[in-house]
Amino acid sequence: MIAIIDYGAGNIKSLQFALDKVRLPSFVTVDPNEVKNSKAVILPGVGAFKDAMEALRNLGLESVIKQEAANGKPLLGICLGMQLFYETSFEDGQWEGLGLLEGNVARIRGDVKVPHIGWNTLSNHGNNPLLTGIKPESFVYFVHSYAVEDFNEETLVGSTNYGGTIPAIVQEKNIIGMQFHPEKSGEIGLQLLKNVGELIK
Amino acid sequence: MLAKRIIPCLDVDKGRVVKGKKFQNIQDVADPVELAKRYNEAGADELVFYDITASNEERDILADIVEKVAAEIAIPFTVGGGLRTVEDIHKILRSGADKVSVNSSAVANPQLIQDAAWKFGSQCVVLSIDAKRTEDNRWMVYTKGGRHNTGLDAIEWAKRGEALGAGEIVINAIDTDGEKNGYQLTLIKQLAQAVNIPIVASGGAGQLHHFSDVLQEGYADAALAASVFHYNEIPIPALKQYLMKNEIIVRSE
Repeated sequence: MIAIIDYGAGNIKSLQFALDKVRLPSFVTVDPNEVKNSKAVILPGVGAFKDAMEALRNLGLESVIKQEAANGKPLLGICLGMQLFYETSFEDGQWEGLGLLEGNVARIRGDVKVPHIGWNTLSNHGNNPLLTGIKPESFVYFVHSYAVEDFNEETLVGSTNYGGTIPAIVQEKNIIGMQFHPEKSGEIGLQLLKNVGELIK
Repeated sequence: MLAKRIIPCLDVDKGRVVKGKKFQNIQDVADPVELAKRYNEAGADELVFYDITASNEERDILADIVEKVAAEIAIPFTVGGGLRTVEDIHKILRSGADKVSVNSSAVANPQLIQDAAWKFGSQCVVLSIDAKRTEDNRWMVYTKGGRHNTGLDAIEWAKRGEALGAGEIVINAIDTDGEKNGYQLTLIKQLAQAVNIPIVASGGAGQLHHFSDVLQEGYADAALAASVFHYNEIPIPALKQYLMKNEIIVRSE
């Protein structure tokens, strides 16, 4: 079973519905033991970086996630969930993240409207199994005001362009991040979740 | 490239999709879950639900429908209508909505925008504005289904909404609503130039070129419509073909 961590605000239902559609069994939890016993973990995401990190700490989940990541358990971070994997965020201040991946989170740059809302194209980098069945320049749904920068280029699986290059899919070993919402990205999004499911098997 | 969005809007009254003209003569159209499913398959980029009666007892019916719709679709889903408190908003998000739309309640209590943006993030707070032109050519904000003039200037209100943390603005021109003579381009363009968040144009779509007009000349980021989609006068795939031919970037799978 995939543990979906429910740290407060987000819309977890649509993620559950999407996982149901691709037949990946999941459950929602905040219990550190259940997270430890799960097969994989999803950190979903909307809301503020600082609040999310605080919630993870207060629930006793920060250390558990770090430990499970080190143990090689597959972790998928979606939107804010992906941003939490990085070292530092500059969202309304400066906050320490989980530090599982090298890089920082900053406000979207360039002469573009923020938030970045809507369907944008995914440029594929390399032949990652996460991109199985995904044609280049497929549209996926983004809603975010902050993005990852100063990241390790080798981790880049997919990117989009909005005021500059924005990492859209990243992977380093068992850690996977998606800046857009696969659960809201129609058939393409479901295919991406299916691909994640194949990696978990 | 970021695509322009096509958004069917479902006005829901007592659990059914209805349609009116200039906010009057409300008629029954369809079951919201069935319609949502159809739009999801037809390539709609997003769905918007407005609970037009929005009384307290109907809030639970709405939450139930929201959940049923969310289970059937894999595209973003905005819900609005009578959401007065952060708790109301939380409940709808918990039911499966991705964004909430606030209108009259934000006029009555602008702090609601800020509180919701802080708690759930700007990206899920949509400020919906119903505007009507005055004799001296200004745009005033109306509430209560177009019956009450708030005395607020629509452009100023949009700017304030942005400053308070709204992540998107839906602008509905009451005069063109349901008339099918095209969107109110002057208003939409003015608004798009006044704020730096995405603008969703609403009210007046009747023909294919109305969509390209508002997305190009009106600088809108998305176009919302109801009856042309509900009655299949303009099928979404045909609309997208048309827009692509006119060099407007839209999502296709």
